[in-house]
Amino acid sequence: MNAIASALRRIGALTIDGVWRLGFITRFLFAVLMHSGQSLRRIHLTIRELYFSGVLSLLIIVVSGLFVGLVLGLQGYDILQRYGSADAVGVMVALSLLRELGPVIAALLFASRAGSAITAEIGLMKATEQLKAMDMMAVNPIARVVAPRFWGGVLSMPLLAALFSAMGIFGGWLITVVVIGVDDGAFWSQMQAAVEFRYDVVNGVIKSAVFGTVVSLIAVFEGYDCQPTAEGVSRAITRTVVTSALAILALDFVLTSFMFRG
Amino acid sequence: MWHKGCKYLEQNASHRKRSVRQSLLHCSNVGWLRFVSAIVQGFSEHSIPVSTSADQTSPLVSLRDVRFAYGEREILRGIDLSVHRGQVVAIMGGSGCGKTTLLRLIGGQLRATAGTVEVEGRDVARLSGGELYALRRRMGMLFQFGALFTDMSVHDNVAFPLREHTALPADMIHDLVLMKLQAVGLRGAAKLNPGELSGGMARRVALARAVALDPMLILYDEPFAGLDPISLGIIGQLIRRLNDALGASTVMVTHDVHESLEIVDYIYFVSDGRIVAQGTPDEIRASTDPFVHQFVNAEADGPVPFHYPAPPIDSLLNEEGA
Repeated sequence: MNAIASALRRIGALTIDGVWRLGFITRFLFAVLMHSGQSLRRIHLTIRELYFSGVLSLLIIVVSGLFVGLVLGLQGYDILQRYGSADAVGVMVALSLLRELGPVIAALLFASRAGSAITAEIGLMKATEQLKAMDMMAVNPIARVVAPRFWGGVLSMPLLAALFSAMGIFGGWLITVVVIGVDDGAFWSQMQAAVEFRYDVVNGVIKSAVFGTVVSLIAVFEGYDCQPTAEGVSRAITRTVVTSALAILALDFVLTSFMFRG
Repeated sequence: MWHKGCKYLEQNASHRKRSVRQSLLHCSNVGWLRFVSAIVQGFSEHSIPVSTSADQTSPLVSLRDVRFAYGEREILRGIDLSVHRGQVVAIMGGSGCGKTTLLRLIGGQLRATAGTVEVEGRDVARLSGGELYALRRRMGMLFQFGALFTDMSVHDNVAFPLREHTALPADMIHDLVLMKLQAVGLRGAAKLNPGELSGGMARRVALARAVALDPMLILYDEPFAGLDPISLGIIGQLIRRLNDALGASTVMVTHDVHESLEIVDYIYFVSDGRIVAQGTPDEIRASTDPFVHQFVNAEADGPVPFHYPAPPIDSLLNEEGA
């Protein structure tokens, strides 16, 4: 009986804690948006962060995209040729990348590559009193440190996802057309006929924009909110990656069910 | 075209060198900081309101019956303290007695649970966000371990407040930064990164950054912690010299008695959240107060007990015997 009560209490405590954090993160988002003027006026601050979270993530995004495309091509060909429609492999690769895999995997990679770096940087700045020092110099750390990193992430995510999809399609073409010998013309023309700009491409971009916003927000929030110790920073980084991954997958389900109900 | 460009750059560079040399010549004269201050304020993007209500004889900082608690835990239990213009004041006490909390209260990072903290006659706790930032632009704070921005060079660290709060042209900021670094003896380290500095050097760079905007009040959090004797002496002398050169006031939280007695004008001793003794360095040296005596002579036992409160040892022995 006691065990059940304590289990219930634990669930209750976790729920309340979760709701509190959701409230904090929402207020934090408002604070970031309120103080975003400077990151737009002094655009070089944002461009610098765009470089750190966007350009420096290029390698992992490009390589992963290529391999995902290669695998999709192989699997797609293997299944489709049983039904005699191996030419449709281009469509399959393109649609699965543009609609789902591109935004989702790129966001997961982005969270672990750039999100964790943002959390670590802000967390260490907090632990070494740099944020307090900035505040004492009458410079708002949310405007100077947090907002540019947030916008850098928001802007770079859709671009990375687009690049991921492009690399994936290239990988699919490489394995099916060049290696296996699927007809080149059929590969591209079927893809052109089946992929709709508004329905497939734009929805995919919307997804990646949403993921970019959520991952960037989680990353800056966890960094700003962490306990200012070595242990606290490491915990915050873990939370960034785990929470981002869960948020991406859950939101993907929600977005998909709104966008692609048939 | 190319040659023209190069020539222009060379001329510009030589001009810059000359102007730095001229600026550095001023360094021997204590008036140079005032001169810079006038320039900075002249170009300042945000005009900094100078309070006229408080006259020059009233204390710059005054704390009246200040109490502070973190939740249930009471840290300060009624502190009265004042800092006059031009003074270097030390707040001393053992570790964890609430000294740093006092600095945070003066800087407006914390709010007192009771009592008032006034800077220039204005209650810090009642200032709006914008007013507090306007006040902080006229304060410099040195954090215990410097808190330098690790993603910027030494030069950019010192330039940071100037870039954020003034609209000065880049080459003038460059000159100002070199002057500040010259004042702390680290002009040669301008290109280094904070990671390449020793603890004492990092503290001096942070000091240059803290005085970059020529503040009226400088706050030091444990400026001597963890320094070798040479760095200790350098920092001590710099604290005094910068205070006098800027015509500023200084509040310094420390537990380094001997270094502080050399440079300060007035000392407050804090223990258990209260001011237990105060006076000029001479009065402190001559004091017969048991707490001051224990503190100045670093005695292990006295009014501050060696033992953390515990039940008498006899009771433990009896328990075991039973």
